[in-house]
Amino acid sequence: MSETLLSVRNLSVAYPGRSGVTHALRNASFTLGRERLGIVGESGSGKTTAGRAILGLIPKPGIVMADELSFAGEPLLNRSESDWRKLRGRRMSMIMQDPKYSLNPVQRIGQQISETCRLHLGSTRKDAEQRSLAMLEAVKIRDPELVYNQYPHQLSGGMGQRAMIAMMLVAEPDLLIADEPTSALDVTVQNDVLRILDDLVTERGMGLIFISHNLTIVSSFCDRVLIMYGGKIMEECAADDLKKARHPYTRALVAAAPSLDEPRAELATVVRDPAWLA
Amino acid sequence: MDNKTAWAIATARQAATFLASLALTFVGLTAVTFFIGRLTKIDPVLAVVGDKASKEVYDQTFLALGLDRPLIVQYALYLKRVLSGEFGISVLTSQPVLSDLLRVFPATFELATIAIIIGMAVGVPAGVWAGARKGRWPDHIIRIVGLFGYSVPVFWLGLVGLFFFYGKLGWVSGTGRLDVFYDDVVTARTGVILIDAAIEGEWDIFRNAFSHLILPATILGYFSLAYIARMTRSFMIDQLAQEYVTAARVKGRSFWGAVWRHAFPNIMVPLITVVGLSYASLLEGAVLTETVFAWPGLGLYITRALFNSDMNAVLGGTILVGTIFVGINLFSDFLYRIFDPRLTAG
Repeated sequence: MSETLLSVRNLSVAYPGRSGVTHALRNASFTLGRERLGIVGESGSGKTTAGRAILGLIPKPGIVMADELSFAGEPLLNRSESDWRKLRGRRMSMIMQDPKYSLNPVQRIGQQISETCRLHLGSTRKDAEQRSLAMLEAVKIRDPELVYNQYPHQLSGGMGQRAMIAMMLVAEPDLLIADEPTSALDVTVQNDVLRILDDLVTERGMGLIFISHNLTIVSSFCDRVLIMYGGKIMEECAADDLKKARHPYTRALVAAAPSLDEPRAELATVVRDPAWLA
Repeated sequence: MDNKTAWAIATARQAATFLASLALTFVGLTAVTFFIGRLTKIDPVLAVVGDKASKEVYDQTFLALGLDRPLIVQYALYLKRVLSGEFGISVLTSQPVLSDLLRVFPATFELATIAIIIGMAVGVPAGVWAGARKGRWPDHIIRIVGLFGYSVPVFWLGLVGLFFFYGKLGWVSGTGRLDVFYDDVVTARTGVILIDAAIEGEWDIFRNAFSHLILPATILGYFSLAYIARMTRSFMIDQLAQEYVTAARVKGRSFWGAVWRHAFPNIMVPLITVVGLSYASLLEGAVLTETVFAWPGLGLYITRALFNSDMNAVLGGTILVGTIFVGINLFSDFLYRIFDPRLTAG
């Protein structure tokens, strides 16, 4: 971890509403180099919010505050819309959960991948097509020409997610946020997609933030893991050391996951302590 | 089987379904109008001969109209006549109903088409803007303007419009379709004066017709605008909440780029439905507007026919309106398939 890609200090996201302010993310701090960082947590723990805050995509009236939020040495807070347009897609990107919803249903796959090239690389139509086809091949799609001309509803979930990866990586970003990239897929397909993602990230030396609620996947796929609960980071530890985690929440999560090595008749229930959020 | 063949088969199948539904709708439409016409207390004989006719004349007409035969036979005969384009003679105008309809419908068509163009050209962008800026000032302004469009009576708006834009400012012409001295100058090829004048290169007449048309068309367009904008707004809000819009922004699209290039193509299908229905209801004639602007259109014609128990004219008009609705629905179905690949491609 020689170079710091992303530096986050006390990042908070809040949504003011009629019944008071909702704190979606509270004082999260972490750094990321060209490595894989996992963020795990249950629903509503703020992991998706963290990812979108980094991309500057917190919808109004949400408020983003941080002591520091910088990407490759440049601050990200209060950037202009045109700055963001140059950053997103080109230097940082995101893979979303379900290709059924995250691909535009009325555009051909090829058009959606080419769009990224044309927005950032100044590609001509022909050049964008070449790059898109090459990218479809890179995500191990057997017949790139066919898929290029297909619509999202004609693809399976696994194929759709590969197309999504192609669309988000074609402009070769430095940072990739993968927000539950395999949760909507069949278990058998999950591994294929993860392997493709793994290869591309390694090959291109990208920084990866892997958001998931699946402890097993995260611990096998990432270098470090952040455990989140209620919008706060509970603990950070090396992926191999999850078993040695100190925080009671992390220990409870590990204990609650079924394991083939140590089968148990009854899994532990996670007990949450309001004091953690104080 | 390649994509083109699949597409051709799907198209042929859809065309067959269209024709079948067209035939069925037409039978239903004529049946309902015919039987309602026969069940009303209106005596078709009296409507023809008047109430001062002698018994002989009455009986003779009764037989001539075939009213002694069973209702179902009468319906079959009626259907046969309608299919050969014969709608009978209008009692009110003493003209064949068909030629009446061919005279009044172009007037309504002209008005409705300009109105729906205005409604679409303003309503759709306004709705997109309001939806994209939900809860902020553009949304509120568009809502108030739309609410005004819903709540104000059209005849009042027509009168006020005439008073200001014709009476005070003189920007537009008054009632009717043309100034009197232009009447019958151009041959009624299509009956749509704008087109007829353009064909003959009579641009003075074209301008005059347009200045007569623009005020009633704007007022009608305003009402469909209010509806189209409101519906567009809600379709847009639905689509903007979808993940693919966020994905487009992640790729580096601007907010408005994502709105117009990604969300907007996805609202085309419901939008076509809304615009199609608005256009169909405009084409059936707008009685109040036509009255205020002395516009000799379909709405006015059917209403007059109703008030005078002119059953042939009423039935003819109803069939025309029904056919318009079916036609527009078919056309919308055709457009859906262009804008939504999910309806055609495997």
